[in-house]
Amino acid sequence: MGAEAVDYSVFVDHDAAGHAQMNLVVEGISGDGCIEEIERGLTALPGVVRARLNYTNHRLSVAWGAETSADAVVARLSDLGYRAHPFAMPAADEEAERAKWLLRCLGVAGFAAMNVMLLSVSVWAGNVSDITPETRDLFHWVSALIALPAAAYAGQPFFRSALAGLKARKLNMDVPISLGVLLALGMSVVETALSQEHAYFDSALMLLFFLLAGRYLDHAARQRTRAVAANVAALRGEFAHRLDAEGCPVQVPVQALRPGDLILVPAGERVGADGVVVDGRSNMSEALVTGETLPRTVAAGDAVHAGSLNGEGALTLRVTAGGDQTLVDEVQRLLDGAMTARTAYVRLADRVARAYAPVVHVTALASALFWIAMGASLHDAVMIAVAVLIITCPCALALAVPAVQVVATGALFRSGILLRSADMIERLAQVDTVVFDKTGTLTLPDPVVRLPEGTNPALVRLAARLALSSHHPLAAVLARQAEGAPVPEATEEAGAGVRAVIDGREARLGSLAFCGLDAPADLPASASLIAFRLGDDGFVAGIDQALRADAEDVATALTGMGLSLVILSGDRPDAVAPVARALGITDARPGLKPAAKIAAIADMKAQGHRVLMVGDGLNDAPALAAADASLSPVEGAALTKAQADAEFLGTKLGPVRDALACARSALKRIRENLWIALLYNLIAVPLAVGGYVTPLVAALAMSGSSTLVTVNALRAGVPRAGGMPAAQPGKARS
Amino acid sequence: MNVLIYLVPLALALGLAGLFAFLWSLKAGQYDDMDGAARRILSDEDVRK
Repeated sequence: MGAEAVDYSVFVDHDAAGHAQMNLVVEGISGDGCIEEIERGLTALPGVVRARLNYTNHRLSVAWGAETSADAVVARLSDLGYRAHPFAMPAADEEAERAKWLLRCLGVAGFAAMNVMLLSVSVWAGNVSDITPETRDLFHWVSALIALPAAAYAGQPFFRSALAGLKARKLNMDVPISLGVLLALGMSVVETALSQEHAYFDSALMLLFFLLAGRYLDHAARQRTRAVAANVAALRGEFAHRLDAEGCPVQVPVQALRPGDLILVPAGERVGADGVVVDGRSNMSEALVTGETLPRTVAAGDAVHAGSLNGEGALTLRVTAGGDQTLVDEVQRLLDGAMTARTAYVRLADRVARAYAPVVHVTALASALFWIAMGASLHDAVMIAVAVLIITCPCALALAVPAVQVVATGALFRSGILLRSADMIERLAQVDTVVFDKTGTLTLPDPVVRLPEGTNPALVRLAARLALSSHHPLAAVLARQAEGAPVPEATEEAGAGVRAVIDGREARLGSLAFCGLDAPADLPASASLIAFRLGDDGFVAGIDQALRADAEDVATALTGMGLSLVILSGDRPDAVAPVARALGITDARPGLKPAAKIAAIADMKAQGHRVLMVGDGLNDAPALAAADASLSPVEGAALTKAQADAEFLGTKLGPVRDALACARSALKRIRENLWIALLYNLIAVPLAVGGYVTPLVAALAMSGSSTLVTVNALRAGVPRAGGMPAAQPGKARS
Repeated sequence: MNVLIYLVPLALALGLAGLFAFLWSLKAGQYDDMDGAARRILSDEDVRK
């Protein structure tokens, strides 16, 4: 499509100075030279006013004046050896904004904690030596001056979440945190006003600082994986051929298509948008949409869906919006229902908080009553109760989960899993049933060539070169094996095949009848057949879906981990059965519509199973949303990936096993951390009730338990010996 | 202890200066590309010009 114009206008916007600007994702960035190479190469282009590459997320921002164009920029990058794809920056990037906000809060809390600690240490040292009450009060007031505004600002993430939780009548971890911070500050102000010895300003700020650090790191780790996922999506970004007023095709990104546009879908290309066929006749492979591998014949008036692969005929489509897209509408409706079920999950930390907060508050009240009964003054009794609440403010408890999540997200990222949702690790670790979709999930998204035993490899190479001249999708699969130039002077006969003359002998590639060959017995029944004939020699090859290279190993490993495996497929029984047999999966259910998949998953959940759904097709999207946890290969449909908790990269299924193994080890660490936090409370609470907790003890206890929890979390990144075996190469079934 | 009258405000002023420097650098996008910054420092681009 080299000669066809490309329309990038949907990605281009204008800055304040009137320069056009565009963001691109650049592929192949590695090593030291490429920042310079790209930036210098682009600014050398006349008209380019700015080019800045972000090495961390591989995104390039370019601005240019009137002298150049988006095409020139992309062409220049391609000359430099980098494949780039325009990237639509989300208008308001909420995630990035939140990360910056957390970092600002962290900065404020850090500043305040340091300065207040400086004053507190002086007071602690002075209390055991010769500080005058006047100086101590001055230091306490200065601490209050720093701590109150700082906590009001830096505490917002916790206060807001606590308020939201209380409004929804749910107790989350932020409620005891907010309460602890507010009580510590309030009590300290009262004590300072009464010219007392102890103030807890430093504890409150240190608590905020530790917790914000945990939250920020957790957020940043997920933001990084999301950025990679967005880049992969942009690099696979699809273009459609839109027909302009004169009927000339112009390449436009699929995002720019509007209802009513006419698009041309050449043979062998994916359909970029839902539409109705206006002209042409072809076979549509809707594997990505419905999971069905047999193509469907479409002609004028038929609806086709985005993601379908066009067969041998070119089609003209009119793009539709909503309306009569029964399948997509049905998927969307099912999705809305399934998503409400998902939100019912309560995070482990919040479940702990629900049990923890009442116990702590009752303990505080009981200790106040105890001291009043023992004859202490009301002031002393209240002070002890508040000290109990401060010491039990769940610093270690609240760090227990995010600290492990940061480490586990990083470990998963290194094994090719891009985590999307925060609580996925917990949900994933509790899974006992893994449901797979077949097409595109257990099998590779692209079909492979299967040859009968004893086929001459030289003939196959020749056939592949001849296949380069054909537009037929089956030939295109064969053509991927081609080495060298296409066979010269090949002619294509529509509906039959390609013919050419090689070394004086006639060569034909196409249907079995066209080549005069019979189907061999040893090809799988599910394969589509293509024949090649050279003189009297020839062979028949099958084009078939292939299992992912390590699917068998992964299935064995998952069974070994005590998981039961199920296949829910939209495909025919005779296509599903061989896959299930090869993987040793007994529970394989073919021919399921999206609603039937949801029903099957709901059924398993009703029996008390926790279900992980792994799927890629549009028809899997509602099932992904309905399951307890969900994974999707990065090649999956966009709507489907949006429902998945995580995406995995690469052509192997190994990440599914790694994700489960890593999540289980992470959950173990989380549980250990919760025990450590509990143990800390068992030691600290009696001290507080006994009235032995001074601000110094509180500071030591808080930082000590937080450090312990964080160090334990680091172990989540270290795979246990034999826990995560390296993916086995070989055993490919192609 | 009269020395506290100017030492405490001085300490606070220094701390605040650090805080504002951090907030400014965050706003200026200095934390947007940490890996890139580590590599750009090795670039000789500015020397060659």
